[in-house]
Amino acid sequence: MSAPLIEMRGITKSFGAVKANEGVDLSVAPGEILGLLGENGAGKTTLMNVLFGAYAPDAGEILVQGKPVWITSSADALAAGIGMVHQHFHLAPRLTVLENLLIGIPGKSGRIDRGGGLARLSDISRQHGLTLDPNLPVSALSVGEQQRLEIVKALFRGARLLILDEPTAVLAPSEVDGLFSALRSMAAQGLGIIFISHKLNEVRALTHRCTVLRHGRVAGRVDHPANTTSAAMAQLMCGHEIVPPARGPSTPGVAVLTLDGISTSRHSGTPLRYVSLSVRAGEILGIAGVSGNGQKALAEVISGTRVPDAGRMTIAGKAVMRFSPREVQALGLGRIPEDRMTTGLVTNLPLADSMVLPRIGTAAFSRKGLLKPDAIRAFAEEQIKAYDIRCPGPMTRAGALSGGNLQKALLARELAFDPKVLIVSQPTRGLDIGAARFIHEKFLDMRAKGCGIIVIGEDLEELLVLCDRIAVMYEGRIAGTLDSTDATIARLGLLMTGAEGHS
Amino acid sequence: MSAVFEQIFQVGFLAAIIRIATPLAFATLGEMFSERAGVLNLGIEGIMLLSAMTGFTAASLSGSLWLGILAAVLTGMLMGALHALFTVALGLSQHVCGIGVTLFSSGLAYFLYRLIFGQQSVPPSIKGFQTLPIPLLSDIPVLGPAVFNQFALVYMAIIAIPLAAFVLYRTPWGLSVRMVGENPRAADSAGVSVIATRFQAVILGGALMGLAGAFLTMAQFNAFTFGVVSGRGWVAIALVVFGRWDPWRSAGAALLFAFVDALQLRMQASGLGHIPYEAFLMLPFIFTIVAMAVMSRNAVAPSALLKPFRREER
Ligand SMILES: Nc1ncnc2c1ncn2[C@@H]1O[C@H](COP(=O)(O)OP(=O)(O)OP(=O)(O)O)[C@@H](O)[C@H]1O
Ligand SMILES: [Mg+2]
Repeated sequence: MSAPLIEMRGITKSFGAVKANEGVDLSVAPGEILGLLGENGAGKTTLMNVLFGAYAPDAGEILVQGKPVWITSSADALAAGIGMVHQHFHLAPRLTVLENLLIGIPGKSGRIDRGGGLARLSDISRQHGLTLDPNLPVSALSVGEQQRLEIVKALFRGARLLILDEPTAVLAPSEVDGLFSALRSMAAQGLGIIFISHKLNEVRALTHRCTVLRHGRVAGRVDHPANTTSAAMAQLMCGHEIVPPARGPSTPGVAVLTLDGISTSRHSGTPLRYVSLSVRAGEILGIAGVSGNGQKALAEVISGTRVPDAGRMTIAGKAVMRFSPREVQALGLGRIPEDRMTTGLVTNLPLADSMVLPRIGTAAFSRKGLLKPDAIRAFAEEQIKAYDIRCPGPMTRAGALSGGNLQKALLARELAFDPKVLIVSQPTRGLDIGAARFIHEKFLDMRAKGCGIIVIGEDLEELLVLCDRIAVMYEGRIAGTLDSTDATIARLGLLMTGAEGHS
Repeated sequence: MSAVFEQIFQVGFLAAIIRIATPLAFATLGEMFSERAGVLNLGIEGIMLLSAMTGFTAASLSGSLWLGILAAVLTGMLMGALHALFTVALGLSQHVCGIGVTLFSSGLAYFLYRLIFGQQSVPPSIKGFQTLPIPLLSDIPVLGPAVFNQFALVYMAIIAIPLAAFVLYRTPWGLSVRMVGENPRAADSAGVSVIATRFQAVILGGALMGLAGAFLTMAQFNAFTFGVVSGRGWVAIALVVFGRWDPWRSAGAALLFAFVDALQLRMQASGLGHIPYEAFLMLPFIFTIVAMAVMSRNAVAPSALLKPFRREER
């Protein structure tokens, strides 16, 4: 390959006592797609934020086409031809697509250059198959379209290196193909691309070379990812072998959660239509389906944050009357919501407080209306140790944790109270293989202890590994339920498109 | 009551509405720019008072009204910069700093006024702005004399409204202002300096607040008294919400408030004398509260309002 487009040498960056990056070297050649791998909290995002000028490194240098550059802001990075699509998008939802594109672009004779912007947008769209309606507000776009806008935004500013931080974590499997063909088309034109993902088969399919980080340092490089096994890459990432968990035969007991003819009104998203299902003790039920087919409403009804219009629900044999979070919790439900940041934890509070939040009123953590800070702290410390949550301590702001560690914290919080039923959405989205395995093992442990678990997910491979039965949702209904022994990706795929309407 | 309605379409009444609306329009636009960038400026009441004082003083000492305007605008910009220093550069609480700026500016205005003019039984006054009829336009019946036979500052306010809308919606800088008020991180990663943009917006806002203050002492009352602003700054903050952070709507809100205020003044004067005048004084404020409650229910504030921006925080 030709001379590197971008080179990072000896990058070091600390946050207080946490060394997020330590002496990291990395380079990308023109036309090359580089995979950046590493466990949660390994420092991938931090390294990319340094490259993009959002964080100032403590040491190290960055070279663009062999020349050292001093990048202290995103403006500098953009000027050096570096664009970034962040893990959490940087868009203003109430402004239009075009306005989000034109921010920071000098105008024409004092005005915003709408005409020029539209022309460039249609140019870029045509070249890479990235179509967007310029006049829609960003809030009206799907997540996939918002990501497309972020990519176009970078190209619009003349980026020659594009950084994508876990772009596929938010996409449905069908959208991933579109993204990959756009990225390949950009690489073919000589752009360099840095691609971060925890899904090793994606990395092997897309990238030309990989750099692997572990605890902030470079743990190794992979020259031909396509010729390497996922297991070998996982070992490089974690420093030890990852064995898939074995799911023993299930011995389900009595039903711990039943839904009978549950329907909801169209409030937001797809409503439920006469959903009936049951989960037995010691069983894992998967809910598959393309997102937006009622999974959100289902999770909300079960978690007690939405009252259904019709139908009955029981938890551990007792009828749910008021559908309040407090009621379902008291009956023995634990939940891990999809959006860890907004409905999971309070990002501005210490981790310890967030970890006891659902049970803050119980005797364990308060007495006569006063909190017991020592008990809260001790509980959090214990869980941090048990679940290997990487953070400076229980009083860290929850928002400062990496995605995987947040998810572990949520899991620890729910499992500590031995729920009879557990509902989880996208349990391993954004998690590294090691953390995903860990979480799968915990689910299987809970299953062995007689907990009934519902896993809502889009990753069919994960559901097939984990679940005893898989129900497929289509347009707010259960389109069919398959036993794990009969379930295949092909059959599930058919049900997901509504092609096979019986069970 | 019908007498009241007859009065509405009198030239004098319309002219009164315009005059009452002018300082409110300046103040509202100023607060709007600041808030669109994500910075609530509760310093507005004090900034208006201090500018009213410095403008009056400069005009009365130099004999030039336009020097007075310059002094008032510079005062507003300076206090805006002070507020931005605390809230934008240092990221301190916008509520606390805003109230601090109001208390400080008011105290400073009283102190300097006493220092310069001493204690006098009759407050000194100046010969303020005179009306400036615009040829041809002022000959239009009713509307002409009401709108186009006004002070120069009134015309400036009338021009400021479309100008503000143009700047906010059509220029790259205006887009940056809206972006830093909605999602500063997005602006930052697009290469726009959040700190600089917010500073500029708050300082521009301060300049407009300065004009609002100057109008009071150099066109409306032609003298400085300690009660010269009397809550107009607070009203402007409400009008921004009422106007949903949009220049046209905010100016419309100012006009509507001015209408109720003018009406109330007429009612005081028009023989409804058995009602204590304080009851009428309350009218515009009751109107504001009711209108706000009704209109602002689905108004959405800029998402990043009140939120300081620090880059390395997540
Ligand atoms: N702004 C910050 N303030 C404090 N600590 C931070 C900050 N950003 C990252 N860290 C810490 O630095 C380490 C590296 O985090 P980083 O986000 O780079 O990991 P990552 O490899 O991107 O992980 P993930 O795969 O979960 O996204 C973590 O321990 C994290 O807690
Ligand atoms: Mg990351």
